[in-house]
Amino acid sequence: MKIAVQSEDFDLNFELARMRESRQDIGALVSFVGLVRDLNEGETVSQLTLEHYPGMTEKALQAIVADAASRWAVLDATVVHRVGSLQASEQIVLVAVASAHRDQAFKACEFIMDYLKTQAPFWKKELTASGERWLDDKDSDHDAQKRWQLP
Amino acid sequence: MKIKIFYFARLKETLKFSSEDLELPDDELSLLKLKGLLAKRSEVWQKMLLGSLKVRGAINHELVDDQALIVDGDEVAFFPPVTGG
Repeated sequence: MKIAVQSEDFDLNFELARMRESRQDIGALVSFVGLVRDLNEGETVSQLTLEHYPGMTEKALQAIVADAASRWAVLDATVVHRVGSLQASEQIVLVAVASAHRDQAFKACEFIMDYLKTQAPFWKKELTASGERWLDDKDSDHDAQKRWQLP
Repeated sequence: MKIKIFYFARLKETLKFSSEDLELPDDELSLLKLKGLLAKRSEVWQKMLLGSLKVRGAINHELVDDQALIVDGDEVAFFPPVTGG
């Protein structure tokens, strides 16, 4: 498992190649890459700044990945989340999950993203023509997380 | 007891505090009571910690609710709902 919080960009192909390296039991490798959009809530976003809580953020991501691994047959997982200043179209986050079969990998990847959105301490601030604004959490993200809750 | 408090995002910017060390007469204190103490500092503190903003709290890197108890040496953090990803 690899968890990284960093200001530098990441390379999807490099990360996937690293996960596949010297193993033959992986049948499915599902990945998600989140990008900075240039438009949010009707305004053009020129820059996005991401803040995090060093120490807690890494622990929260580890806990989310461990939770996913307890629900599905995860062979390996990678989470890379960037912090600092980002421009439109830049990569923000990568989640990749390796499993024997696609169903397990798809579900675990989606679960990790949904939990990351609502549980991991990151905060976004946008710069638009009308100034800086901190983003509010979205109900749709909380709903996406709730559908995974066990009865 | 001595504790350390961190503030993040909108709270940090508005309160103009990123962290502070605090010495309190209590042996233990609920997160809600700590918020109440800090809110007495000024109107801005009152608004940020007990106002309409949904403030989240963490103790030693774990998300907790208002009833959670803080003891000597704990690292407490206050921040708005998270918006990563």
